Amino acid sequence: MSAVDTGARSGRAPSRLASGKVARTESKRAKAATPRHKRASITLGILMTLMLLYCLVPLWWLVVNSTKTMDSLYNSFAFWFSGEFSLFQNIVDTFTYQDGIFLRWLGNTLVYVVIGAGGATLLATLAGYGLAKYNFPGRKWVFAIILGAMAIPASALAVPQFLLFSGLGLTNTPLSVIIPSMVSAFGLYLVWVYAVEAIPDELLEAARLDGAGEIRIFFVIALRQLAPALITVLMFTVVATWNNYFLPLIMLSDPQWYPLPVGLAQWSAQSSAIGGQAIPNLVITGSLLTVIPISAAFLYLQRYWQSGLTAGSVK
Amino acid sequence: MTVAHVHPQQPAGVSTETYATVAVGRTASSGGNRRKRVRRNWSGWWFVGPFMLIFALVFLAPLVYAIYLSLFRETLIGGNSFVGLENYGMAMVDPKFWEAMLRVSIFLLVQVPIMLGLALFAALALDSARLRWVPFYRLSIFLPYAVPGVVAVMIWGYMYGSQFGLVADINRFFGADLPSPLAENFILLSIGNIVTWEFVGYNMLIFFSALKAVPQELYEAAEIDGAGTFRTIFSIKLPSIRGALIIATIFSVIGSFQLFNEPSILQTIAPNSITTYFTPNLYAFNLSFAGSQFNYAAAIAIVSGVITMVVAYLVQLGGEKKEAK
Repeated sequence: MSAVDTGARSGRAPSRLASGKVARTESKRAKAATPRHKRASITLGILMTLMLLYCLVPLWWLVVNSTKTMDSLYNSFAFWFSGEFSLFQNIVDTFTYQDGIFLRWLGNTLVYVVIGAGGATLLATLAGYGLAKYNFPGRKWVFAIILGAMAIPASALAVPQFLLFSGLGLTNTPLSVIIPSMVSAFGLYLVWVYAVEAIPDELLEAARLDGAGEIRIFFVIALRQLAPALITVLMFTVVATWNNYFLPLIMLSDPQWYPLPVGLAQWSAQSSAIGGQAIPNLVITGSLLTVIPISAAFLYLQRYWQSGLTAGSVK
Repeated sequence: MTVAHVHPQQPAGVSTETYATVAVGRTASSGGNRRKRVRRNWSGWWFVGPFMLIFALVFLAPLVYAIYLSLFRETLIGGNSFVGLENYGMAMVDPKFWEAMLRVSIFLLVQVPIMLGLALFAALALDSARLRWVPFYRLSIFLPYAVPGVVAVMIWGYMYGSQFGLVADINRFFGADLPSPLAENFILLSIGNIVTWEFVGYNMLIFFSALKAVPQELYEAAEIDGAGTFRTIFSIKLPSIRGALIIATIFSVIGSFQLFNEPSILQTIAPNSITTYFTPNLYAFNLSFAGSQFNYAAAIAIVSGVITMVVAYLVQLGGEKKEAK
């Protein structure tokens, strides 16, 4: 596993790059060497359980209420099942309401995530690697500009972004959501910090002596070394794109192009508007259907996530 | 010195001989003066170029355009005219803007310490070796971060609400008359709670990862010196993760000034509590999309962006100063 090698190579404890597996073996080793594992504290357990409940209760609420009919939504205890179990009916209703626009939103979201987050990861990886391993004219400027950009609140640029894209005739098209999603300054920063240590210069020079071109070196050699950082950036950008609300809200006016969060917000607004059809059961079930895929992806990949966070935060 | 010692891994795609020669040669020569790292040529642009191209389109061009816009004003008769810093002057004395700024500042001073405090507590608890089922706690507390902000606000919005919410149930059950969390006096607290819920796990993970990187030897030394739990926390753990604390604070500061999603979605269910200028960001948004005052909105966005950057910089400066002490 390359995370281990990297840690050893740079002469640090592997736990610094605490990806799930590494951390686990490391803590076992620590246990054996020193008596760090003390008796469990009951107070600590209680306090942490309270925090756990705080974090999970709203999700529990979401699950419970997506199984209720409209009637029991209004007339039953909010944190327990009640009445007819209508989760499947709710799901069917969610997918068929307004000629199945929910499915369309789901498809849009997937497209934005695959191209936007995928593109962001590729660009950030290429650029982070380039900054870490090449000395080119203008490098200092690139540094300065990107570090500066990380400090600018993205929303300060939202309005001019809209006007500019409007001038280019791109607003209300998928491109207006995808193109801005493809820039992740923070992702670039993570890859860059990681690449400095994970890819030895000797390796690149050896490949050059073997006659490999620069692009080939990147795809055949460097990419493999960068895999942990790449997955971290991918997870960041996937979650960010899947959950994106502000940007598509500004850029899109036609519901046909909405991603899920904007669509759900519109349903919710419709529900509370005077004269609008109240569809809280669809908003709730739609929310659940939005949360499940991203949580699953997230829980599956979060162990890689940590390693990148560590590389970025300790620096 | 063997090659394997320098790089335990046999790199793919490079012949053993070449690799060995370069690696050993490098090790031998690096003993003396520092070699020049990489030769300087344009090939780096192959990698940085694509990013910078999109970056220029998405960041730099709008930034320049925003500055340009903020210096002009659209009038019905005169058309587009250059007004210099007039829009900025208007922002400086705009009570709505400053009310919004004050509101996010209060939010920042109350919510950020609470959230980071909770996150730090949780991270220290996970790292304390006195808690069972650490991965379970870690994952569960981190999970809300994956929930889309819109969905988080809707869940809490419903729970706050009087129809099928937590407050409604409590009132019904105990015959109590708790005030609505969506009332004007409580709305900022309610938003703070939502933001805390969304990001406490994320910050916890930043702190926890940093704690994991603290060298074991420090703890061993502390133990030999007879340091207790709290002594260890304040003398070793907290100083060791200062960098993570500063980064998390800066992110939270920027997030507070940018506050938009939560109030904008809650607005639909609590229109009386959330004004169109509730936060600077919401104000700029409404100015441009409801009022078509793009020029003034650009000036507002730039002023609040600059204030954000200054505060974020001060946080960093403060953190570094403490370090030097």
